[in-house]
Amino acid sequence: MVDVLVVTAAEGSTPSRNTLEVLGAARRLADPTGGAVTTAVLGAPVEGLFSALVAGGADEVLWVEHPPLADAAPDAAVAALTHVVPHVGAAVVLLADDSTAREVAPRLAYRLQAGLVTEVTAVRAEGDRVVFARPAYGGRCAAELVATRFPVVGTVKLRSLEPASERSGRPGAERRLAVSVEPSLIRTTVIERVTDEVRGVKLENARVVVSGGRGLKGPEPFRQLQELAQMLRGAVGATRAATDAGWVPVSWQVGQTGKTVSPDLYIAVGISGAIQHLAGMSGAKTIVAINSDPDAPIFKAAHLGVVADFKAVLPPFAAKVKALIES
Amino acid sequence: MNIVVCIKQIIDPEIPAEQFKLDPTSKRQVRGGLALVISAYDQNALEVALQLRERAGGRITALSLGEPEAQGAVKSAMGMGVDAGVLVSDPALTGSDSFGVAHILAKAIRKIGSTDLILTGCVSGDTGNKMVAALLGEELGLPSVAFVSRIEARDGRIVARRVVEDGYELVEAPLPAVASILSDDSNVPRYSKLKDIMAAARKTVPVWKAADLGVDPARVGPGGRRLELRDVAVVQRDSRCELVGGETPAEQAERLATRLRELKVI
Repeated sequence: MVDVLVVTAAEGSTPSRNTLEVLGAARRLADPTGGAVTTAVLGAPVEGLFSALVAGGADEVLWVEHPPLADAAPDAAVAALTHVVPHVGAAVVLLADDSTAREVAPRLAYRLQAGLVTEVTAVRAEGDRVVFARPAYGGRCAAELVATRFPVVGTVKLRSLEPASERSGRPGAERRLAVSVEPSLIRTTVIERVTDEVRGVKLENARVVVSGGRGLKGPEPFRQLQELAQMLRGAVGATRAATDAGWVPVSWQVGQTGKTVSPDLYIAVGISGAIQHLAGMSGAKTIVAINSDPDAPIFKAAHLGVVADFKAVLPPFAAKVKALIES
Repeated sequence: MNIVVCIKQIIDPEIPAEQFKLDPTSKRQVRGGLALVISAYDQNALEVALQLRERAGGRITALSLGEPEAQGAVKSAMGMGVDAGVLVSDPALTGSDSFGVAHILAKAIRKIGSTDLILTGCVSGDTGNKMVAALLGEELGLPSVAFVSRIEARDGRIVARRVVEDGYELVEAPLPAVASILSDDSNVPRYSKLKDIMAAARKTVPVWKAADLGVDPARVGPGGRRLELRDVAVVQRDSRCELVGGETPAEQAERLATRLRELKVI
């Protein structure tokens, strides 16, 4: 029996896609072993969220209320969860592999003397062991790690696992847990938040992603990519080379240190195909590469390729796409 | 402000697929004659440290844990301009997990002494666990901030630009502190001058062993691992790429669009 604790930050009245994916991972452990899934929401109860979490795979929802320490979120979350995990007694603790988990998961594992696996892409129970899969060598390899001691903490790589199929007719249970956090444990403070403007669909949720890399040689061609993306109701992404050059915001980065996307269509323009980039987009259903270098590694990852200068290809391509969409 | 930058020497991660080999016993990549590099984001961390020193003074030490060859990585960092380097190398430490690595590095940082800021790359190019900075913070009892692209130091505190999904946060932390560094256009690693590379090559890098640091043997090496590494396998990609031909780029472009329509993806 593998009992799982899923940790999520307070969210709106519907769980995010990320939370549903983590719940999906949790059910893969709980269902075959007769275990239970508890979801700890860091925050006060939200109208409607309880039933949505139960439908998404939670057997029980725990509202973890701690003093309003939003500006010190990771420190407070670590301190709160250090109490919550032993209280619930789950063998496996799962979080979405996001910017919060990067801070929280290692510190939580350390304090619980637990094991930790990041970027989990698959999980299964094997007798009294739990087996995790994760990428290694920048996504070139898949590694299998086996937990024999519990608890163990895992962060689930986003857009790698499907949410659980919706569970209807389950009542679920909910309760509140008040946790006090020693103020001396809060050492970091967020003094400002800056959010990049997103026009249209969010990159990580887009069905179509048009990305540019070093081959674009400057920020200007990204305007063309934006027009194409808009036409296809998609989003624009970029490689680390393009964000490091300051051509586009870091939040546009797709890859190991950026976003993981799994759209139906990924159009890579002027992208060589570095391992670190492939780690973020190789799950796309159809990958198109436009690059003037026939030896670029991107053609090893792509399904369709055009060997040509993007400057000569993009305008007629966009025109033809427009005509096809309108016809 | 005294800074320790933790750097990892790895096999060049961008080698072509056909040169990538795994050793079935150790489940690690086979070095062969492949080039060794400082893991990419560790180079950004070095650059952040050098810029902080330019503004606030102090001393930078590059610290590496690895094989004896990792002396080369430490010397490269010295060629970039750091003041001192230390290598921790001991067969007893090989095969440690991230918890073990953090334990070892924390012991070495204590031995280096009087450190205000500890930097790492945000993720290594080989194992890529993204854990060591946060675990170092725990080992040393210090605050840590992950995925930071810029740091300003003022009055015994840092303000770190922490990159998040939809933008960034400015996070204030008291020193001493730990941060893991992500690249952006402000921290592109500088090129070393030839004379600095030559000067660094002549220096000797102290090599510390487990016994020099008082490392807890139960927490390091394969025996200290919290999870068993059962298998590592190369992911086989279905790599058949259909090249779209045409007399001109315009013709290729039209055929590509038509093909995507046939495949019902647009």
